[in-house]
Amino acid sequence: MHPALSVILFTVLSGAGYGLFSLVAVLQLTGGYPAAAPGEALLQLGVALVLITIGLVSSSLHLHNPRNAWRAFLRVHTSWLSREALLAVAFYPFALIHLWGTATGAGGLTAAAGWLAVLLAGGTVFSTGMIYAGLKTLRQWHTALTPANYLLLGLALGAVFMAAVHAFSGGSDPLPVALALGALVVAGLMKGIYYLWIRLAGGPTLNTATGFTRAPVRLMDPGHSAATFLTREFGNDPGRGRVERVRLGVLGLGFVLPVLLLAWMLQGASAVWVYAALLSALMGIGLERWLFFAEARHSVMLYHGLQRT
Amino acid sequence: MRLGLVIDLDTCVGCHACAVACKQWNTSGTSGPLTDESPYGPEPGGVWFNRVRHFEVDDYPHNKTVNLPLSCMHCENAECVDVCPTGASYKRAEDGIVLVDHDKCMGCNLCAWACPYGARELDPAEGVMKKCTLCIDRIHDAALPEAERQPACVITCPARARFFGDFDDPDSTVSRLVRERAGQKLLPELGYRPTNTYLPPRTAPPVPTDDVRRAQPVTGVEAWIPAPKPR
Repeated sequence: MHPALSVILFTVLSGAGYGLFSLVAVLQLTGGYPAAAPGEALLQLGVALVLITIGLVSSSLHLHNPRNAWRAFLRVHTSWLSREALLAVAFYPFALIHLWGTATGAGGLTAAAGWLAVLLAGGTVFSTGMIYAGLKTLRQWHTALTPANYLLLGLALGAVFMAAVHAFSGGSDPLPVALALGALVVAGLMKGIYYLWIRLAGGPTLNTATGFTRAPVRLMDPGHSAATFLTREFGNDPGRGRVERVRLGVLGLGFVLPVLLLAWMLQGASAVWVYAALLSALMGIGLERWLFFAEARHSVMLYHGLQRT
Repeated sequence: MRLGLVIDLDTCVGCHACAVACKQWNTSGTSGPLTDESPYGPEPGGVWFNRVRHFEVDDYPHNKTVNLPLSCMHCENAECVDVCPTGASYKRAEDGIVLVDHDKCMGCNLCAWACPYGARELDPAEGVMKKCTLCIDRIHDAALPEAERQPACVITCPARARFFGDFDDPDSTVSRLVRERAGQKLLPELGYRPTNTYLPPRTAPPVPTDDVRRAQPVTGVEAWIPAPKPR
């Protein structure tokens, strides 16, 4: 699959934003948020909303006919994209009520709005994962691991953001750092399981795609001399070597380096290292999203020379 | 009613006439234009509803060229319709044809991602998804003579390798062909239940050909060359 920059930015940034919002809101609502400075929680929630908004705006950039985008809320009963759009928009009023409650210190109903916003945030990220997991045409995506990865990576990146904003506000509580470390380890383990799982062969082949299952089949001519919509959209093949190099980058930058930095911080290293951990995790999970697309092989490519998906 | 195509891989010669006839009819029809990108440039591209691909099956000396025309299969389980967030993609209840309402499409490409056969192509000029309509503006047009109420690709096929009809009617030509020639679906394991069906190449000639050589008036080149005339 062709990795579109707008979709990579959207899924990484809004995933991190929803993760950050959920973590901060849950800690606030359970009374466990270790605020160092007044207004820190407000800053955390503001950063989350900015990330989410940048993501959502960039997601609309890949539409080819955006004036019909308002219709995207109409097919909630069948389409995960529709569900994602609806949940993403429904999140805003409750998130803003929670923000207002945080700013004014009001309790009661604003707390209920906070919990609702957390649920809607989780639902949005789950729907994003299900958009991809629901496609039977891409066996690398058609798995429960896809929404699990989206949820865990969003939480992990959100947790690193929380630790960074906490340090920026002058806080030195170990809880955000420990949370970020734990979330990164769990997300990294799940991503590792995914990388092992997609190595297992077992998807449509050129034989089932043509109906000739008792003999080898080779493509002689795809029937067109230049690139088509299909080859541009689905025909991206970065090559085995590049994929493995990027995978090393995903595991190293996305998980190993930030985990080591955060563990070092828990041992007493300076709080400035959290920014390095954040930068590393952002780059690594950006690469992870690129690889998620680049590694997926669409069954249409069987009709363009691929032997198996 | 479940309308669709049967394509005979035994007789398809891979001439692309179906693809060209489709492009010609639909670019001036309700789906038009089927925008071309640099049609006279070094890398011509554009929207096609029907593309013919060429494969080699088995190894020498048992190899055979198979031409595989691919267009929308008008699946019974059309996931392109399910994933569409705007409701632009729909499947008609009365005849099973899958269509796109271009006025509602927002060009998100998700339906093309959900289609395993590559039947949907985005028109870059209009920003909306376009696809085979089974020539819905021909097949239901009562102003046309009945014999012409068929998709353009079927009418034009010089090898008579394409058939159009109702798969729900057990006595239709398409149902009979599928039954008699063991028609196959493509990518059945994905569960889309495509309507279009492909007839595999015959393993034996449909008519006896052993006597063809004997029945020929000329048996060899020698017999054909006029004998030298004595001068």
